[in-house]
Amino acid sequence: MQLGDSSIPFNLQGTDNQQYSLSDYVLSDYADKVAVAVIFSCNHCPYVLAWEHRMMQIQADYADQGVQLVLINANDAAKYPTDSFPNMQAHAAEKGFNFPYLHDETQEVAAAYGATRTPEAFLFDSEGLLRYHGAIDDNYEEPSAVQQSYLRDALDAVLAGSTVEVAYTTPVGCTIKWK
Amino acid sequence: MRIQFLYWEDCPSHEPALERLKQVMAEENIYEEIESVDVETEEQAQTLSFSGSPTILIDGKDIDPPPIAAHVALTCRVYQWADGRISPLPSPDMIRRALRAAQTQ
Repeated sequence: MQLGDSSIPFNLQGTDNQQYSLSDYVLSDYADKVAVAVIFSCNHCPYVLAWEHRMMQIQADYADQGVQLVLINANDAAKYPTDSFPNMQAHAAEKGFNFPYLHDETQEVAAAYGATRTPEAFLFDSEGLLRYHGAIDDNYEEPSAVQQSYLRDALDAVLAGSTVEVAYTTPVGCTIKWK
Repeated sequence: MRIQFLYWEDCPSHEPALERLKQVMAEENIYEEIESVDVETEEQAQTLSFSGSPTILIDGKDIDPPPIAAHVALTCRVYQWADGRISPLPSPDMIRRALRAAQTQ
């Protein structure tokens, strides 16, 4: 997926057993979000675990401005049992996720988006166009040492209707575990 | 002292972890050779009881022994630091403590 490309629809089950579609948030008559960050994630990856609280903080900080984060786990649970749907449900409950955590069991969504890592963010504007793709920020290890808050900066630009200056960064994290 | 560095190429933490290991060893004036082992297959992971990349063994002992029931697989390893942070890399203190413990034995 290239910058400026249209989002790819999906319909996936969340850890709350509800079905979620991208059109719940953008590109439909009842959608009310101005930006959606689709983030490929999982349970087992230390990079995800290191960034997880920052993702929750981003959701909390931007919720009132019409921003929605949606996390999707596409990993093969047969090889990585920690990433099974029941374990996703337990993880979401334990962490108190403030965003949907969806299961891409067939891996079709991850493949369609061209996702390769966890975490890997795809930020879409209200027209469903890709405005940022990449890492959450530039320091998975030291939150206090972050120099570039890529996703936050991109969100600020989208909300302001301006150009995202750093629109792509190399995703840093675990590889998606394909079947 | 025998120092082994086991890693899985797909996990990007191995390069900064190796640099961290070298740096802490230098700070401790330890200049032993580091044996790097590239774990490439699930079979190799099983044989080595490899619970994730990177794994550092000092005289055969894991610097942060995983639980007995830890999943053995080609995966990135989770390290929990003393301050509670989760990282793909062991902390410098974790490495330092293990090196000093090996020196006193």
